[in-house]
Formats: sequence, C-alpha cells, structure tokens
Amino acid sequence: MGSNSLHVLKGINFDVKEGELVSIMGSSGSGKSTLLNILGMLDEADSGEYILDNVPIKNLNEKIAAKYRNEFLGFIFQSFNLINYKSALDNVSMPLYYKGIKRKERTEKAMHYLEKVGLAEWSHHLPSELSGGQKQRVAIARALASDPKVLLADEPTGALDTKTSYEVMELIQGINDDGKTILVVTHEDDIAHMTKRIVNLKDGLIIDDSPVQQVRASVHV
Amino acid sequence: MFDLERWQEIFETLQKNKLRTFLTGLSVASGIFILVILLGFSKGIENGVKSQFERDATNRVSVWTGVTTKGYKGLNPGRYIQLKNSSFDAVENKYDDYLEYRTKDYAIWGATVSVNNETGNYRVRGTLPDNQFIENADIGFGRFINQSDVDGSKKVAVIGNKIKTDIFKGEDPINQNIQIFGMNFKVVGVFYDPGGDREEGQVYIPVSTAQKVFNAGENIRNMTFTVKMADNFDQAVEQSNAIALGIEQQLKEIHVVAPDDVSAVRVFNTLEEAQKIYSLIAAISGVFWFVGIGTIIAGIVGVGNIMLIIVKERTKEIGIRKALGAMPMSIVGMILQEAVFVTMFSGLFGLILGLGLLELVGPQIESDFIKYPQVDFNIALTTVFLLVFAGALAGFIPAYRAAMIKPIDALRDE
Repeated sequence: MGSNSLHVLKGINFDVKEGELVSIMGSSGSGKSTLLNILGMLDEADSGEYILDNVPIKNLNEKIAAKYRNEFLGFIFQSFNLINYKSALDNVSMPLYYKGIKRKERTEKAMHYLEKVGLAEWSHHLPSELSGGQKQRVAIARALASDPKVLLADEPTGALDTKTSYEVMELIQGINDDGKTILVVTHEDDIAHMTKRIVNLKDGLIIDDSPVQQVRASVHV
Repeated sequence: MFDLERWQEIFETLQKNKLRTFLTGLSVASGIFILVILLGFSKGIENGVKSQFERDATNRVSVWTGVTTKGYKGLNPGRYIQLKNSSFDAVENKYDDYLEYRTKDYAIWGATVSVNNETGNYRVRGTLPDNQFIENADIGFGRFINQSDVDGSKKVAVIGNKIKTDIFKGEDPINQNIQIFGMNFKVVGVFYDPGGDREEGQVYIPVSTAQKVFNAGENIRNMTFTVKMADNFDQAVEQSNAIALGIEQQLKEIHVVAPDDVSAVRVFNTLEEAQKIYSLIAAISGVFWFVGIGTIIAGIVGVGNIMLIIVKERTKEIGIRKALGAMPMSIVGMILQEAVFVTMFSGLFGLILGLGLLELVGPQIESDFIKYPQVDFNIALTTVFLLVFAGALAGFIPAYRAAMIKPIDALRDE
C-alpha cells in the first residue's frame, strides 16, 4: 500500500458476453492484474462503470462487495490461495459456507466439484499433501462451487510447469465448454491462445482485442 | 453467536491448530490458577491469624497487678498491690461512658471440683455476668452468671464443656450440684469457648460468692473491660489506648504507685495488638493481590499478544475468506468468538483446578496460621471474565483492522 498514487488503467472499454473465454495479456505493469481485481471487486476503480449481469457494480461497501463476490464471482489465483489447515473438501465448501448452505449439502456439492476436477480421491488431503497442479484444480473446484457467473483467473498457470499448465487449461476449457464465462490473465502466449479471445493491454490501454482460433489444450497433453 | 455452523467452523479451526489453542489456553489457565491459589492462601493466613486472635474479645483492656519496684511517697518497694472492689468501682465510674463490658475476677487456680466420685482440678473464677462476652464464651446449656447471682452471692456455677465431659461423663449437669473444695454449688449452665480445652476447663461462679467462700474479703485479682468501638478502627485504637493509659494512672494514684513503675500496675490493651495483626494481614493480602493482579496482567498481555499473532498469521486466510464472500463482520466475529471461547474455557478450567486444589489441600494443612484457604468465588469468576474481556478486546482491534483491509492487500500478504 504505497502512498504514491499511480494511474494504471487509462481508458478501458470492453464487453464480455456470456460463455466467452477471454485472456487478458500484457507485459508486467500493463494493468492486467488491476483490471482483473476491479472486475473481481477486490479493488475499486476511481472512475468508470462496471456492469455485471445487468447489475451496475458501484458504491461498493465491504458488505455488498462480499455478497457480490460470493454470488457472481469465482477466483483462481496464481498462488492457489488455499487455506492450508483445511482439507481439499473443506476448502471447496468454503464459499458455500459463506453462502449459508447447510453442512450436509455443502459437503455433497463440494464433493461433486472435486469429482469434476478429478480429485475425489484426494478430498481429505491437506493442500500441503497435494502437488501444484492438484492444488490449482482444488482452487478451480472451489471457484466453481458457488456456481458463479464469471470465473476470474489471475495467472492460473504461473506457478506450474508446462505439462501441468496444459492440464489446468484443459480443465478451464472444459468448464468453458459447459457455458461458464471465464477471464484469464496471463503473459504466456501459448496459454492465451488456448482461449477464444485475446485482449492485449499496454500501459493501461487496450491496444488489441481480437478473437483467436482456440488451440485445444488436449492436443498438447 | 448461537450459529451452529459458525461453531463447527470454530471447532474445526481450533482442532487443526492444536498447539496455538493449547498455548493460548495454557497462559490463561495458569494465570487464573495462580491467582486462585494466591488469594486462597492469603485468605487462609487471614483466617488462621484471626482465629488465633479471636478466642477472646479483641477490644479488651485488662488490668493486673504485681509488686512495686520503686519507692514512692515514703513507701518501700516490694509492696504487693492488691486490687479491691473499690478500685474496680472507681475505674468503672470514671470510664462508664466508654466501656462496653466490665468484669472483675477472683480466681483460684487448681481448685478441687468433684461430682459424686469424680474429681478434677480446675480453675474456678469468680466473675461478673459480662465476662461471658469478654471471653467470647457460648452458652451451650442453661445460662451464664447473672446480676442477681452476684447481688445475692448465690452458690451457682457455670462449667466449661470439658468439665461436663470429664466429670459428668456426658450426663446433663444442669441443676445438679458440684463440690468446689467440698462446698456445694448448683450448676446453672455449660459454656463453650473458641479458646478450646484450656478455656473450657474452667468454672465460673459469681465474684461476690468467690470472695466470700475463699475468704478474700474485698480483694479482686484483676479486672477486664472492653471498650466501645468507634466506627473507625484507628479511632477505636486511639480511644482504647487513651482509656488504658487513664486507667493505669488512676489505679497508680489510688494505690500510691510511682507513675513510672511498670510492674506494679499493668494494663494490657489488646486492640493495639489487634491493629498490628490486622495491618499485617492487610499487608499480606495486599502483597498477594499485587502478585495476583500482576499475574493477571501478564495473562492479559499474553492473550493479547497471542491474539495479535493469530490475526497476523491469518491475514492471508482472511483475504481468501473475503474473496470467497465473507462479510467483514463475520470475520471479526469468527476470530473473537474463537478467542472468547478459548479464554473462557481455559479460564474456567484454571479456576476449577485452583478451587479444586484448595478444596483438596486446604483441610490437610496443619498450621495454626493457615486455616481454611478459600477464594471468594465471585472474585475468581470476575477475574476470569476480565481476562476473557481483555483477550477479546486485544483480539478485536487487529481482527477489525484485518477485516477492513482490502482483500487484494490481504491476499498479497505473504
């Protein structure tokens, strides 16, 4: 939290439709993470408007932001951000807890999503007992658990080797195939090309926004 | 607060962080435990010393006489000063307004007391009715000496409980006759005395009767008074000192004793002694409180410290929880509830452990100066709540701050 303010985003205007899989690219300092954080309501824009599913996201206080995050958004982080003393299953059921869902239903749902990412057998393991790829898959299951409108992934493959990265991307593509809207921030070209549209940022401005021919990750695996 | 889901979440967190939970609990429990033990023993010492002291009334002024050591107004040293009824009357008249109870004694040590074929040697004391209160004697059966006994020089006796057991063998002694040096006295009462066997092995008879049957004429051996207590203890001590001094001067004048002769007329003032003992007790319990409060403060600081560390350690977790949709207040609530639960549980545990130890060890202590160590349960409970409150407060500030920082900053915390 520096006291110097820095103008990071200088005029961003773009739409994402339901079911899209968009990657946001740019060199470091281009503002891609800031954009994602604003979209994720983890951070707030100084000006401009943000409409999510026809709901204008503004005048956020912590309470409303928490509610929106819980209802609309699922996060996938570069460093996974799992709670290290909770099992994979408990991590996945966490957003459901904050949604106010009862324990039994929570566990059932969480188990369902763990199955979906192929980790049903690992449900009672702690994050420290999982590999990087497995951790990211638990994180993806957690992001999916509350059935959000949008998944926001900040460098989801940044901490993974190439093979594991492709496995994770394959999972993300699969989720997108089911109709979920996903935004991926990445600086890796091959990862970006596995999405359906690339938005290129430079110095806080969009310099390029074009659909791409999606490369299926399964080709590489 | 009574949200079951929340409790499940908290128990899970506590269970998964056993060491942290244990250390927090230990610092709280040991603080309370030590406090309870300290306060218990401070109370024990107070009880012990007080019971040593309160065998007789504490506000006594008693007068004894001896042999003069100095010549005075042409009289030789070595004269025995004999107190008379008139000496007692003079003192009583002069200080009537300040005195509560008064008695004069004519006692025979080792008088032969017998009933039927049972005989024993006991102290027989001629006394006035007020002596019951001066000696803190409790009447078990019958009554004490009364004024009409004294006025009529009646041959009545009040015997100690020990004599009842010794020579009456547990028979009801009331209205039976006992023989003192072969003279018949009617037993009118049995008394108990907090002084125990030593005091209960006595026979009280009216002082006037004693003077007659023992051929003592107007002689008395000593006199004892209790002074009326002023509301303020210090004031009472001052007053009692003044009265003691006044009585001494008066008696020396009556019996022509040199004012600086310390052995001929001696006046003891127990209240002054009591003041010393009470201030000693106050000092002891003051020290114990000081140490106890120090322990509690150390406990509070410890709990606060642990809470700070816990919150710091969990900043990232808080960020994650917020990203997943946790309300700020639910995070503060979770941390506080957890802290309150742990401190409350371990505080009560320490309390029960301390009380249990006192309960167990207390009766085993065979010292005249430590008796019934105990703790005011309310005080102990108050300290537990104080500790819980302080722990919660110490946890609240960092928890609130952590809940208020943007999740993005909390997530960045490594």
